[in-house]
Amino acid sequence: MDSLWSVIWSTDFAFSILRVTTPILFAALGALISNRAGIINIGLEGIMLVAALTGVVTSAYTHSAWVGLLCAVLSGVMIAGILAFFTLQFKTHIILGGIAINMFASGGTVFFLYLLSGDKGASSSLQSKVLPNVDIPLLKDVPVLGPILSGHNVLTYASIAAVFAVYYMMKRTPLGLRIRSVGENPHAAQSVGVSVVRTQYTALLLSGLLAGLGGAYMSMGYLSLFTRDMTAGRGWIAIAAESMGRSTTVGTTLTSFLFGAANALANALTVLKIPSELIATFPYVATVIGLLVYAIGESRKRKKAAVKPNEG
Amino acid sequence: MKAKYFEPFRTLAVILIALVIAFVIISLVSDRPLETILIFLWEPLATKGHIGNLIEMAIPLMFTGLSVSLLFRANLFNLGAEGIFYFSGVVAAAIAIHASLNGFLHPIAAIAAGSVVGALLSAIPGILKAKWNANELVTSLMFNNILFGVGLYILNYQLRDAKAFSSASYKFEPTALLSRIWPGTRVHTGLIIVLVMIVAAHVFLYKTKWGYELRMTGANRAFAGYSGIRTARVIILTHLIAGFIAGMGGSVEVLGMYTRFNWVSLPGYGLDGALVAMLAKNNPLSVIGAALFLSYIRNGADLMARLSDVPSEMISIVQAIIILLLSAEQFLKFWKNRMLLKEARKHG
Repeated sequence: MDSLWSVIWSTDFAFSILRVTTPILFAALGALISNRAGIINIGLEGIMLVAALTGVVTSAYTHSAWVGLLCAVLSGVMIAGILAFFTLQFKTHIILGGIAINMFASGGTVFFLYLLSGDKGASSSLQSKVLPNVDIPLLKDVPVLGPILSGHNVLTYASIAAVFAVYYMMKRTPLGLRIRSVGENPHAAQSVGVSVVRTQYTALLLSGLLAGLGGAYMSMGYLSLFTRDMTAGRGWIAIAAESMGRSTTVGTTLTSFLFGAANALANALTVLKIPSELIATFPYVATVIGLLVYAIGESRKRKKAAVKPNEG
Repeated sequence: MKAKYFEPFRTLAVILIALVIAFVIISLVSDRPLETILIFLWEPLATKGHIGNLIEMAIPLMFTGLSVSLLFRANLFNLGAEGIFYFSGVVAAAIAIHASLNGFLHPIAAIAAGSVVGALLSAIPGILKAKWNANELVTSLMFNNILFGVGLYILNYQLRDAKAFSSASYKFEPTALLSRIWPGTRVHTGLIIVLVMIVAAHVFLYKTKWGYELRMTGANRAFAGYSGIRTARVIILTHLIAGFIAGMGGSVEVLGMYTRFNWVSLPGYGLDGALVAMLAKNNPLSVIGAALFLSYIRNGADLMARLSDVPSEMISIVQAIIILLLSAEQFLKFWKNRMLLKEARKHG
């Protein structure tokens, strides 16, 4: 047990939590925006995967990590746009649409990877670029905090910035208000002149943008190449984090970090021979419990509300 | 053409569009496009062995397709077949390794255990949905990952044969394996089992009171509730049956196709089941054709990858297009409207 404590209380471990949480946080914020608009995007996993490949390929061909990042984000927005077009215009069921996106991504990325690099497993033959790590001046020299908070990939800082941006957008901007009102009651929103379809379009595109950032981080920050199915369920963990965080920015951010910490712990615990297979299930078990507690609370509330008029 | 033929016609149109897109992709990628397209279309049916492969792959697709059809029919968006298929496979493998029974009872015991475990696991999201209205989609997706983690743990720590080169279990007892029913291929008795299940599901859905309640609940839960159907019970029952079928599918697949358990990732048949269910319009009997079709294009893609220069992953693009267009209510709707209008004019 001593070695476990020494692992957990090291600055390396705290550093790795931030590193592991980044893609989950991006995708969870994406899930949050689309869910609040009343449209559940389960295609996040696929969107991240497509963006991860796009970033690697475009950065290899343009020799610029930043162009790669831009293209990765655009590809995320584009895939979300296709999903939005089918669900909002053609009335495809959003969940089936999400399944289609995931199916397309897991096979399609391998297909294009093979065409471009002749390899079905990894993009090692492509000379792709990596987004830079950033040392924060002053902070980096502070003991304990410095090694934890400084020296991360630029997208890790972007994910923290995204938390504030999403919080501000949802609470303080007309767009955020429209998204919330459409999600809560589309008919009421429509009746006061909010375009439901346009708002849901915007929400889905924004979720694609955030998932795209998460995907770019996977292949151009977390790792320096694309590998087959590299998102490895992070899109689902993000949906779990968003559900457990009850669709609030603060809650979602906290649960994302919780799941990130669980992930980092799973990596660290392999030293202690605790089966990593079981630790990997932690976020999902926690989510089921969280959902259950929430659902029981909600149904109690509903029952009370239903009984009251009769009493009075 | 009459409006009532619209749905089958639309399904055909979607399949045609998907195939045309497949041809376009092949033409862009391949050096010898015509030859490659011919391989894709003809090779899966060319030899007895290939037809055997087609049927082998259709068996798990029929199981999960049937399972998902029943759930979708009850308007339950549960995608848990994926995890249950995997976990029941582990359960069946454990019994195939550790129990010693004769060649008749052994597979029956293993499949029964896998199916019952599948039903019980599936009931959990069902109970949460029926009692507290917890979103069955999210809980079932979480369960997929939980079951995968626990199943993988059992494989690596309980069943794993250290002498095997990769993550694989001990060999199954020969008595547990399903027998081959078509000499020269690997088609096994699982085919008979799944066909029996499909007919049973058809009878259940259309000829019994419970099936009627399931369809009513799926069409409109509130209305079904007002007309005296206990919808919570229907939802739990549907989950039990669907889990039973998915679990049976996983067990049958493991005992029919393998001599060791070696799945180190989710096999994907659960999500494929959603595609089969959509192609079959959630109709048990149509699941047979839908699974055979999906197996046909999958095998076509695999053979194409082996015999030409186009990678088999192309098929996932085609599958995605089929799902998007098939579930698109508005796709070709204008056509249906025109048909209805014409009919109305004729009668008016």
